[in-house]
Amino acid sequence: MEKDVNIISKPPKEVVVTPGGIMTPISRMSFLKYLGISTAAASLLFTASSCSDDDDGPGSVNLGSGDTGILNYAYLLEQLEAAFYVKVTASFYASIPDAEKTILQDIRDHELAHRDFFKKALGKDAIADATFDFSSIDFTNRSSVLGAAKTFEDLGVSAYNGAGKLLVSADLLLIAGKIVSVEARHASAIRDLLNPYSADFAGDDIVTVSNGLDASNPPATVLTAARTYVKTSVDFSGLPS
Amino acid sequence: MNFFKIIEAIEKTDPEVYERLDSRRAMFKNMAGFSTKVAVAAAPIAVASVFKKAYGRGAAADSVVDVLNYALTLEYLESSFYNEGVDSGVIPANRLAIFNQIKKHESAHVTFLVNTIKSLSGTPVSEPDFDFTAGGAYSTVFSDYNVFLTLSQAFEDTGVRAYKGRAGELISNDAVLTAALQIHSVEARHASVVRRLRAEKGWITGATGSPSASYAGEDNKTQATIDITTLGAGYSVNAATEAFDEPLTKDQVLAIVAPFIQS
Repeated sequence: MEKDVNIISKPPKEVVVTPGGIMTPISRMSFLKYLGISTAAASLLFTASSCSDDDDGPGSVNLGSGDTGILNYAYLLEQLEAAFYVKVTASFYASIPDAEKTILQDIRDHELAHRDFFKKALGKDAIADATFDFSSIDFTNRSSVLGAAKTFEDLGVSAYNGAGKLLVSADLLLIAGKIVSVEARHASAIRDLLNPYSADFAGDDIVTVSNGLDASNPPATVLTAARTYVKTSVDFSGLPS
Repeated sequence: MNFFKIIEAIEKTDPEVYERLDSRRAMFKNMAGFSTKVAVAAAPIAVASVFKKAYGRGAAADSVVDVLNYALTLEYLESSFYNEGVDSGVIPANRLAIFNQIKKHESAHVTFLVNTIKSLSGTPVSEPDFDFTAGGAYSTVFSDYNVFLTLSQAFEDTGVRAYKGRAGELISNDAVLTAALQIHSVEARHASVVRRLRAEKGWITGATGSPSASYAGEDNKTQATIDITTLGAGYSVNAATEAFDEPLTKDQVLAIVAPFIQS
């Protein structure tokens, strides 16, 4: 009788096996949650550092907890966006029209203002400056730059939308509200530059058709998506959920 | 503008409205002598203070359902505006993709809010009758694309500020607060594209815009006691005011939209 031979030619993806026996690939975070590992514990797996989690070393930052944690989370995302647009505007892609230059410079200034606002507001509780990796973006190419801008803006909107309920202070909620609508204006403008006069400014890919609601994501999802661009390890295990 | 219909309706819910109007009673007596412009300009203030009693609750906080009904009123306004706009033919064919998308969202917002209010055992307000000419102030709203665009921008920017101004009142309900934020950012996407169709920036610089009440306070450059222009290497006042959108209160918003509501 022949034996069944199971040759694993490549590492298995994280999967869950539903009662029906169907194996479905799922995100790493969902898999860990499925195993019963809390989001907090799972988030530690994303950090390179093991101990000394209260110290911000050059390779890692700890966002902290409570409203401070959420502000640091926002501060990190604004650091990311600011760094990106500073790079974009330091050396524009070839033949960029003046109108686009102005738009990107405006957005840069807004993100820098957001970043510096959070830094000031957080004071001694602010995380250190993170380092970023934009090597996957071709800054000489309009599609690559605007595509990345669209990703960052949409992600930022979803991050603020998802963080609102995690804040305790109504004052901080208002501040977050004042910023998220500006990020959404950015996102709309970038999307319109990519496909002018189309529905893409608020496309069906980002605004749910059935209810007209924009994307909203929890910190774990946002930070996982941002990992491509954030070199610094981020400990977000203390964030409210 | 059907000011008298509004007063009639309010009188039914609040018979003491004339007592509160006090010194403004003369204005009502002399209504016939007012030019349309003056009436439209003066009306929102009187109407707003009237709404304060009829719609507000004085010192007590509004409930989550109250805030959702406020949002629903605004979504009814936008949805009706864009339905009429698309039907009227005032929008050029090559811009319909944009306005059909906006219209689709506003209609979805209406449905979503109605369902959410019902799920909270609340009663959704019924759709008001609208007059998008605001009693003749915008008589060509559905025949002149530029006028249509002006009002579209005003409604979107005001909508963003309206949601922003009352999100704090939803803090007791995570799901509703999140949904409100998710609608609020969509309105901001709308506002941005409409502004750019008018050759404006997608973001608001200073307190510039029409009607001025929709942009009052947008020239703020201080956030949480921090002067934005003094941060980092320094930011222009323009950048500082653009980087943060400002809220509007319930009273401010109701005053802005009152001229467009007939009943």
